[in-house]
Amino acid sequence: MHISTNPWVWIAAILTLAIYSFLYKDNPFYKFAEHLFMGLSIGYGAVVLWYNSIIPRLWNPLAHGTSPSRFYLLIPIAIGLLSFGIFSKKYSWLIKYPLAFSVGAYAGFSIPVTFEASIFEQISGTILTKQMMATPWLAISNLIMFVGVITTITYFYFSKHHKGLLGKSARTGIVFLMLAFGASFGYTVMARISLLIGRMQFLLHDWLGIIK
Amino acid sequence: MRRTFPLVIAFTMGLLMMIQYFIPHPISQKFYKIMVQQWLIIISIFFYVFAWRSFGLYHINKIKRRKEGWWASVVAFVGVFFMLLAGFGDRIPGGIGHFIYKYFNFDDLYNYMFAPLQATMFSLLAFFIASAAFRAFKARTMEATLLLVTATIVMLGRVPLGASMWKGLPKVVEWILMYPNMAAQRGIMIGVGLGMIATSMKIILGIERSYLGGE
Repeated sequence: MHISTNPWVWIAAILTLAIYSFLYKDNPFYKFAEHLFMGLSIGYGAVVLWYNSIIPRLWNPLAHGTSPSRFYLLIPIAIGLLSFGIFSKKYSWLIKYPLAFSVGAYAGFSIPVTFEASIFEQISGTILTKQMMATPWLAISNLIMFVGVITTITYFYFSKHHKGLLGKSARTGIVFLMLAFGASFGYTVMARISLLIGRMQFLLHDWLGIIK
Repeated sequence: MRRTFPLVIAFTMGLLMMIQYFIPHPISQKFYKIMVQQWLIIISIFFYVFAWRSFGLYHINKIKRRKEGWWASVVAFVGVFFMLLAGFGDRIPGGIGHFIYKYFNFDDLYNYMFAPLQATMFSLLAFFIASAAFRAFKARTMEATLLLVTATIVMLGRVPLGASMWKGLPKVVEWILMYPNMAAQRGIMIGVGLGMIATSMKIILGIERSYLGGE
């Protein structure tokens, strides 16, 4: 047993235990660690924003750049500055301009991209081709995929009552959805368990030195 | 000016960004590059102000009124202060900067406070997921049974224990993930995609205005 002498390791271990104390019940130790985490996250976000966005995208081109087009950057800065209107009751409506600019641009940008990635790509991957039927097993698997996609979509079709053929199709869609949710759930549990193992390793190896 | 002009801006920007995708001309490509890689990112920087404002207002209010657990809000501010100190303090010239660099090193703060807290917080969910699953997935219906069985197979198939129980299990898991799971994911993706396109169209045409303040 080799207990760590590094004060940072002790801090990390105490904070880890403080979070796990929530398993018993909500308590001041957990609240302390939770709020510290929240504060650190916000501070971390601000530092990362400063070094990764403000310095390279704004400060460096404007202060050290030589291209005359760098002054165009003053336009998004001016639009962005309107956000500060929120601090005044009289001018809070100014926030609508940068919001409308960003939301409108992202909405326009997302339409063709979504068509490409979420619709066309998915449909082309589902359509049965000769290569997909190369072996009997592959053919059955791809046929299941085809049926699964169609029935899942029909389950989300709410413009008509789920009766008759549509009802049967929607019911089959539920089977596929449950299989997918089960797989996603299994994956999520595995990810959380691996994080738990990581924390246990830290406590028992890095901090207490019980395991090698 | 307050209502119509923002809608005109959203319409114009939406239309321009949509059209540029279909025009493979250098001007159109430059427009896309400037918008996506510069302007929209620069504008979004200013939106962080909202987040900081809400955080500050909420916790200052809690401390001022001495609400239950107000001391935790002080801890949150201490966390922000330490991280900012570690991030920017070492740039202070002279002894103070050196002291901060030595004792409030940004990497140490990240590796021994931020990262462990984050990992522990998420690992905590392992316990709650397990207890929630026990309550929710009691095999009462065919759907619940299916979900439970699939989750168990996937979990077992991804660890050495599953392969030692039956060699074919990892292959079964792979098949489940590649075909029935992918089928449902594709169905969901197509549905979500259609929903996104419809919402984007509503924003561009000014039918959806809630983002401008609940109109």
